[in-house]
Amino acid sequence: MVESYSSPMHEISIAQNIIEIAEAKAREENSRCIQVIKIRLGEFTTIVREALEFAFEIARQETLAQTAKLEIEIVPMSVRCAVCGPVTDPMREVCLLCPRCGLPLEVVAGEELQVEYIEVESEAERV
Amino acid sequence: MDRVSVQTNVLNANQEAAAENRRVFASAETLVINLMSAPGAGKTSLLEATIRGLNGRCSMGVIEGDLQTDLDAERIRALGIPSYQITTGTVCHLDARMIARALAEFPVQGLDLLVIENVGNLICPASYDLGENLRVVICSAAEGAEKPKKYPVMFHKANVVLLNKTDLAAASGVDLRELEKNVREVNPSATVFPVSCKTGAGLEMWLEWLRQAVLARPLLQRR
Repeated sequence: MVESYSSPMHEISIAQNIIEIAEAKAREENSRCIQVIKIRLGEFTTIVREALEFAFEIARQETLAQTAKLEIEIVPMSVRCAVCGPVTDPMREVCLLCPRCGLPLEVVAGEELQVEYIEVESEAERV
Repeated sequence: MDRVSVQTNVLNANQEAAAENRRVFASAETLVINLMSAPGAGKTSLLEATIRGLNGRCSMGVIEGDLQTDLDAERIRALGIPSYQITTGTVCHLDARMIARALAEFPVQGLDLLVIENVGNLICPASYDLGENLRVVICSAAEGAEKPKKYPVMFHKANVVLLNKTDLAAASGVDLRELEKNVREVNPSATVFPVSCKTGAGLEMWLEWLRQAVLARPLLQRR
């Protein structure tokens, strides 16, 4: 949906933000090792999955997430017409006018960029 | 392994900084525009034409964002308008913290209008709220009619879309009606102005709109 030749710097700053949020949470939990970071990434954002995965590999060095796995759930774009309700017609390209009545559509999903949870080493695993 | 719920927006820190900038702008009663486009679409030319068109009728300042050089800030200062250059190095967008740092050296008190000219890029700047009141995106007709469809997030979030270089549309084989239709399809509520900074065509409509927006800034800042 979005051209993918964006500068990798863009995804690097996003990856750094993800790691900072995850590290802050891990410290709250007194954990020094993040094993998984799960994020939700909307389809209607400017973030390219492959570029983010690549950026994460670089940004995680020397952080609490240095061995962490980044799990990305892609959230499909979904739109809704105030009159006609949810629009399920497949969108070949972004068109935010209702295919039935022509009114502007509301984007109800697809703009997510959210850290959902982290998985950290539990007390028992720490020797 | 323990799973710990986080539920935090990745851009949270930026959004908090943007909210603080927005408070600063509201208390200074300064209308703030985030001006975005691809490189070379005419952001600085539009600013020059806007400065000339406003002709001192409102006090204005400009923050310029570029990877390198302060050439753009110099172009603005040459017209007698205070400007501040942020060079981002390799970062492809401005973020709210860069603006907060700039405001420490470039106060907005006394300005009716501040235009922040973002780094030329139709991708990343779309994700970073700077605390602006209005997002203005320039699309050059010479770039082709399909740009809004290729970069839908940027155009979707715009309040105003200026279709610049209309004088080059015919020579570039671009149908302006198709370009405008593509803007409307990704952003049905945007205000669209076809302009040419070179010939001056259409600029008066934009300038009149901008004068009204400056007058209406207390309303725009309450949103």
